[in-house]
Amino acid sequence: MITGILGKKLGMTRFFREDGEAVPVTVLQAGPCVVVQRKSATGDGYEAAQLALVESKPRRHATKAIQGHFSKAGLAPMRFVREVRLLEGGGDTKAGDSIKADLFQANDLVNVTGVSKGHGFAGFVKRHHFRGGAATHGSMFHRAPGSIGASSYPSRVWKGERMAGRMGAARATVRNLEIVQVDAEKNLLLVKGAVPGPQGGYLVIEKVS
Amino acid sequence: MNPLEKLNPIKPREKVADFRPGDTVRVHVKIREGEKERVQAFEGTVIARKHHGLDETFTVRKLSFGQGVERIFPMHSPVIDRVELLRRGSVRRAKLYYLRALRGKAARIREQTQ
Repeated sequence: MITGILGKKLGMTRFFREDGEAVPVTVLQAGPCVVVQRKSATGDGYEAAQLALVESKPRRHATKAIQGHFSKAGLAPMRFVREVRLLEGGGDTKAGDSIKADLFQANDLVNVTGVSKGHGFAGFVKRHHFRGGAATHGSMFHRAPGSIGASSYPSRVWKGERMAGRMGAARATVRNLEIVQVDAEKNLLLVKGAVPGPQGGYLVIEKVS
Repeated sequence: MNPLEKLNPIKPREKVADFRPGDTVRVHVKIREGEKERVQAFEGTVIARKHHGLDETFTVRKLSFGQGVERIFPMHSPVIDRVELLRRGSVRRAKLYYLRALRGKAARIREQTQ
């Protein structure tokens, strides 16, 4: 059994349950995917399937190595390729197989991994939720970090001290999101809550093990 | 309707939405009591419609035993059975929050005549 699928974030909207509860949902394009390569315990030391997301827009540039890798499975090169774990034994998943959104059902829990939105060089307040100082009343301490180390001891700055710097544009996973609805025909998933990244961002959607 | 809402299986219910601020409406709301489901009505003046698409809500204001009561309904919630239009009101703004400060005769709304 394959445990996940590749997808794309389409955006957020609202979903009403039977009892009128309004649920904030993210619409995900989940698949269709193809298995490009099958990794096995005997050959590779672990059981996994390398998936590629099938998109209407083809991949423009592919090196000969990538072309060769895809043509082994009889496929055209695709843009987004990731490995997804297989459950014990791995079943009869093989290269060339198609994986669709019907892998999931409503009420399943999934982990969604993507690349978070980049925030550039962000200050303390935005990046680490420091509180900052007062804006007015004569305060001269606004969004500065405060002390980053004492004088006599340690008389240096500790490693890992939280400071301003590049924020976001890093791999992020949101765990245990509920699948509200599956549209197997259009390969869409409605997932309760937010997922990392911008609209159109690539995602790996995995079942909670 | 934005492209995302087109993908959403719950479609906006166009018929529900045929009223404007100033109108008097009776909103029939489905209420579940254990196993049974019944419909309760909330009658009053529409004082605001907010947001767009599936997020749209409307506020209904009424006087209940001399006490002003407002209820905000999500326009496309399945809890709303139907909205009955009782009276078209003629008003000059989109948000009638000024009604909250008015009582009795001053809080009347002229009926719209074609």
